[in-house]
Amino acid sequence: MSDNRLLPTSLEPVSEKTRELALEKVPETVIEIERYELSAPSAYHFALDRREFFRILGAGVLIFGVLKNAAAFQESGAARRPSAESMPKAIAAWLHIGENGLVTVYTGKVEVGQNIRTSLSQAVAEELHVSPIQIKMVMGDTKLTPFDMGTFGSRTTPTMNLQLRKVAAAAHDLLIGLAAKNWQVDPKGLTVADGKITEPQSNRAVTYAELVKGRELSEAIPAEDPLTPARQWTIDGQSVPKIEGRDFVTGAHRYPCDQKLPGMLHGKVLRPSSFGAQLASADTGEAEKIPGVTVVRDDNFIGITAPSAELASRALATIRAEWKSASGPTSPSNVSNKDVFDYLKKNPIEEKGREGSRHQVGSVEQGFAAADQRLKQTYTVAYIAHCPLEPRAALAQWSGDSLTAWTGTQRPFGVRTELAEAFRIPEDHVRVLMPDMGSGYGGKHTGEAAVEAARLARAAKQPVKLVWTREEEFTWAYFRPAGVIEVSSGVRSDGTISAWEFHNYNSGPSGIRTYYDIPNQSIEFHQTRYPLRQGSYRGLAATANHFARESHMDELAHSVKMDPLEFRLKNLKDERLRAVFEAAAKKIGWGGAKTLNHGFGIAGGFEKGGNVATCVEVTTGRAKADQARSEVKVIRVVTAFECGAIVNPDHLRTQIEGANIMGLGGALFEAIDFADGRILNAKFSKYRVPRFSDTPLVETVLLDRKDIPSAGAGETPIVGLAPAIGNAIFDATGVRLRSLPMVPDGLNRA
Amino acid sequence: MTRISKLQVNGKFYPIDAESETSLLSILRDQLDLTGCKYGCGEGQCGACTVLIDGNPRRSCITPVGAAAPKQITTIEGLAADGRLHPLQEAFLEEGAMQCAYCTSGMIMSGVALLRSKPSPSDSEIVQFMQGNICRCGVYPRIVAAIQRAAKSSKEPRR
Repeated sequence: MSDNRLLPTSLEPVSEKTRELALEKVPETVIEIERYELSAPSAYHFALDRREFFRILGAGVLIFGVLKNAAAFQESGAARRPSAESMPKAIAAWLHIGENGLVTVYTGKVEVGQNIRTSLSQAVAEELHVSPIQIKMVMGDTKLTPFDMGTFGSRTTPTMNLQLRKVAAAAHDLLIGLAAKNWQVDPKGLTVADGKITEPQSNRAVTYAELVKGRELSEAIPAEDPLTPARQWTIDGQSVPKIEGRDFVTGAHRYPCDQKLPGMLHGKVLRPSSFGAQLASADTGEAEKIPGVTVVRDDNFIGITAPSAELASRALATIRAEWKSASGPTSPSNVSNKDVFDYLKKNPIEEKGREGSRHQVGSVEQGFAAADQRLKQTYTVAYIAHCPLEPRAALAQWSGDSLTAWTGTQRPFGVRTELAEAFRIPEDHVRVLMPDMGSGYGGKHTGEAAVEAARLARAAKQPVKLVWTREEEFTWAYFRPAGVIEVSSGVRSDGTISAWEFHNYNSGPSGIRTYYDIPNQSIEFHQTRYPLRQGSYRGLAATANHFARESHMDELAHSVKMDPLEFRLKNLKDERLRAVFEAAAKKIGWGGAKTLNHGFGIAGGFEKGGNVATCVEVTTGRAKADQARSEVKVIRVVTAFECGAIVNPDHLRTQIEGANIMGLGGALFEAIDFADGRILNAKFSKYRVPRFSDTPLVETVLLDRKDIPSAGAGETPIVGLAPAIGNAIFDATGVRLRSLPMVPDGLNRA
Repeated sequence: MTRISKLQVNGKFYPIDAESETSLLSILRDQLDLTGCKYGCGEGQCGACTVLIDGNPRRSCITPVGAAAPKQITTIEGLAADGRLHPLQEAFLEEGAMQCAYCTSGMIMSGVALLRSKPSPSDSEIVQFMQGNICRCGVYPRIVAAIQRAAKSSKEPRR
């Protein structure tokens, strides 16, 4: 249902130009909202040199998982290009079993708190018949791991999990084969547990370590080996605790911002006074006088290095710079959060060669004519910030013209490209390492901090670490796009929807299609000019599209005086989606008795392979501070979720809980305030994120479909929350809210 | 400006060299390499940098090192005793009370402070006390559960 034909086609990597284009002028190259999720570098030719691998990794067994078509496996992007340029042979992952029996898995995916280090270990453990803790995962190191586009789009579980299972299964078969040959027995009669192969009849046994000793065996496998069916899983499907959890509760884990090298300096960068502003003049004399401080100037770029971050900040503060602002009569810099929706509507971009962006079924005109009632409403979503608790950070080190950078990013290979371009060096002279970082939520697809640290390190001829301040992260990263969505619909008095017209301006096409069975549909994503740098986000546009769709569904249900759940089910055939709606409703006691000032709402949908239904209960008590307003409190959330076979139930639950709690912010009160090319609330004291006291009771109902391949789950659970809350507020008060955030200042009772 | 030359952290004296106005967080991280305490906001709003100063939870990002110098500072690195985790650290693992875990050190230090002043807190007392700590991944309910678990644990050492 998430139709890739709707997606844009640009595949260029993100560069610093993005910001300029977004802020300054009409983009010559269209900057796609979802480019972060889809960007791919030029085809990657991986040299398979077996001897080199064994030299680096040591003797043992080495299995390569070879993809016939990298794009098809890596990203849904391939589906957009049916006549696709054929991608060269590429490798998804490799696995090495050393002479000591240690299993090391190499994948370009990265750990950002979603616990794939654990789930991928489980996958390998399942097929290799070892304990997950015997597996070492090397992740997101561009020198040691195979190319990967990035960790986003909820793609790790449906792709990498499967690929690693296949690689591990091949290793398992190879080892079994070795043992069988040694003993001259049928491999089918051998059993494996805990990395030890046993022949039950003779009770002979051999460990993996003993088997691989002195060998250099490699195998490149197509991803077609038989796998353990989900019903027979013993390790997958279990709530294996977070791998290396102890390092996180003792403070021992080193995040990107904790990296350190001998002789390391600290860096700071002077930021423009507003987006797109050009440096007119700068007096750096005072900074240069501070012992240990070096000022680096390169065109618009002014940076500082110093022995400590404190000193670098102090030196930076002494610089007196004049900036020429970017504003002009037609500049997006003139747009503020107050007039952004008007701006988006009035500034469409011509969509040449994008005929595929409209989805048509039947004739909406006929659908409207057949309707007993028509409804037209507009919904809006504000710009919001990801606020990863660890801001962008990087440590860069040069050795000759080779660069190594440790940085927090969801796209280490993308950052490698950015660095290679910025310094005009070949990509193989750049190594990017991604230590497990302090989250991303789609907000760290880019490598700004790495580029800046590398520029300073090159000038200083010493390693430089650069950590963005919270204000920098709020201002110079990118945002979840604001958007306007217009929905027109027609419904018959029996509750059948006859027409559905849906226009999304700027917030993005993901999740734009309706899963309700409507004979006449016209659905379109409209690209527009936009004022702030924007990009991916957890669930991205699916949140906006679900908010509009599921709010509108509620409005339609009330217009024909039907129960909102009954109305949805009447127009919905998809069994998987019906199942989650029914499960969530049952759990919350849908249709039960209601007390004063309490309201219940339901919403749901399908995205990235997952089906979600969310029921919420809200209260709307009178605000203490202002008697004319109500304070909306979400007191209970029930989410029913189904994403195929469950890999790790507890980690799935925590993703659902977290998505709901993070989602409360965007639903209720988070919004970026901006004007004159500046962010006005770039601090936690001015930008409210959900805290302990905002947290409702969150309950999850997991539907485990062992017959369906596992899909990712980090994003989809967020999409049902905002509309369910809006629908519950309507249930409690009769007030319909159509803008996210819904109640930044409470609810007006009037 | 006064210079500070030593700091007592996790029971040990460390020689340092800092102006008294420098933030305690930067000294802990950059001079002592105690990177368990994190920078999150620089304005005392997120709690990622929380340490104990004479047993009280303090935001090290807005605490001048001069104000902390004469006192006993405890960081996340000093919580486990002889390789044995503090009950709240254990409870965080048992409840799975973390995702990216960047906030975890600060959460645990705040939670430890709460349990010292109130060994059996109610859920609403936990929420009130922990209100200044942000977890963007949204594991708040599990953190409340972890604090409750530690409170019930008989292993709680009186230190």
